[in-house]
Amino acid sequence: MTKLAFKGRDIISIDELNRHEIEYVLENAAALEKTPRPTLLTGHILASLFFEPSTRTQLSFASAMMRLGGSVLGVANSESSSRAKGETVYDTAKMAEQYADIIVIRHPHQGAARVAAEASAKPVINAGDGANQHPTQTLLDLYSIKKTQGKLEKLHVAVVGDLKYGRAVHSLTTALADFSPHLSFVAPKVLAIPKKYLTYLTERGIPYSEHEQIEDVIKDVDVLYMTRIQKERFGDPLEYERVKNVYVLSREHLRGVKRNMKILHPLPRVSEIACDVDETSHAYYFQQAGNGVFVRQALLGLILGKL
Amino acid sequence: MKAFKVYAIKNGTVIDHVPARKGIQIIERLKLLDHENIVTLGIGFSSKRMGSKDVVKIEDKELTSNEVNQVAMIAPEATLNIIRNYKLKKKIKIRIPKVLKSILRCPNPSCVTNHESVESRFLRVNGKDRPYTFKCVYCQHVFIRSELSFV
Repeated sequence: MTKLAFKGRDIISIDELNRHEIEYVLENAAALEKTPRPTLLTGHILASLFFEPSTRTQLSFASAMMRLGGSVLGVANSESSSRAKGETVYDTAKMAEQYADIIVIRHPHQGAARVAAEASAKPVINAGDGANQHPTQTLLDLYSIKKTQGKLEKLHVAVVGDLKYGRAVHSLTTALADFSPHLSFVAPKVLAIPKKYLTYLTERGIPYSEHEQIEDVIKDVDVLYMTRIQKERFGDPLEYERVKNVYVLSREHLRGVKRNMKILHPLPRVSEIACDVDETSHAYYFQQAGNGVFVRQALLGLILGKL
Repeated sequence: MKAFKVYAIKNGTVIDHVPARKGIQIIERLKLLDHENIVTLGIGFSSKRMGSKDVVKIEDKELTSNEVNQVAMIAPEATLNIIRNYKLKKKIKIRIPKVLKSILRCPNPSCVTNHESVESRFLRVNGKDRPYTFKCVYCQHVFIRSELSFV
């Protein structure tokens, strides 16, 4: 691996990482999965600033830091934290840089991680800023795809569900565009992928198709990326009721799919994947969540200049 | 009729090639009603380039770069003439800058700039299409000019 410069860098948006940098993070993640480095970050402290709940992301970052021998300082409960007292993101980040070597932040407002990065001299990783960005989710999605398919290039990937508001889908679409994919978008019309992403793909000559039924594509794809239809995004509860159960993937659907086909999901799932799918060889969403630890270990090690 | 024929000013700034009927917006935006010296607004001059244009003359004032950027958002094709002692000292073709700091308000209600005292920052998106679009550095949403208001 040729060393790429990551030391001290903020990771705010997946767009700021080029293809080589993404591959570099994934290679480092794979190396850490293969050979654990329990003392790599001994003596380093991570400040974990979670201004809204996110069990998976928060635990995964903490696990990643601890598995490398580092320590974690946390603000987990937004009700009792400084935010409830009216402290700004800027001030919280300024304070956290005094206590820690690296900061991970999740905040409901879009752009909050950028504000934290501007405030802090210590590097900041965005762990989700509202509907905007969640770059480590995209990295772990790519890691999971590479791990299960052996490559990232030239795969047929279908994304299903809420493609209008789904942040994970948007970032994954943009990131995959560098790897010559075929993309299929499966969504009800009201939750279709925004046109700007299709324009982005067209400009890069990436083939794509739009569908309303999973059955239209499931037999052709290498990766089926399911997403939750998020109730909180709907202004009109009736509209949510109409679409909430529109995609329920069950064992029935899996007849005749490619052997290598894997089902991914950023989790939590509600009803979109039936439990009988979990035991099939195609289900990969729980391992996918586990992969988040390796990817986050890689980022922490790289940014702290230890890899 | 040429703008400078109305009357010459001794010192100050002439904002020329303002789209017709937009001159008043510049006066309001730059708070020129509070300007202590003379401000002249010419509306609807004929222009070879624009068909019809406005001209704003501000005596004894040169614009700051922030003010120039505000003018650019109203009149992206305008020309600034800096006059010193009745002479044209400098002629500047206005350009919308690549970065607009503290000029525009982000219309996205979930953007952090609408919740905390963060200086707004937009990037001019370079595309083939004019008019330009503008990207909020924080929430990363892209807007067309008519969606954006001043801070």
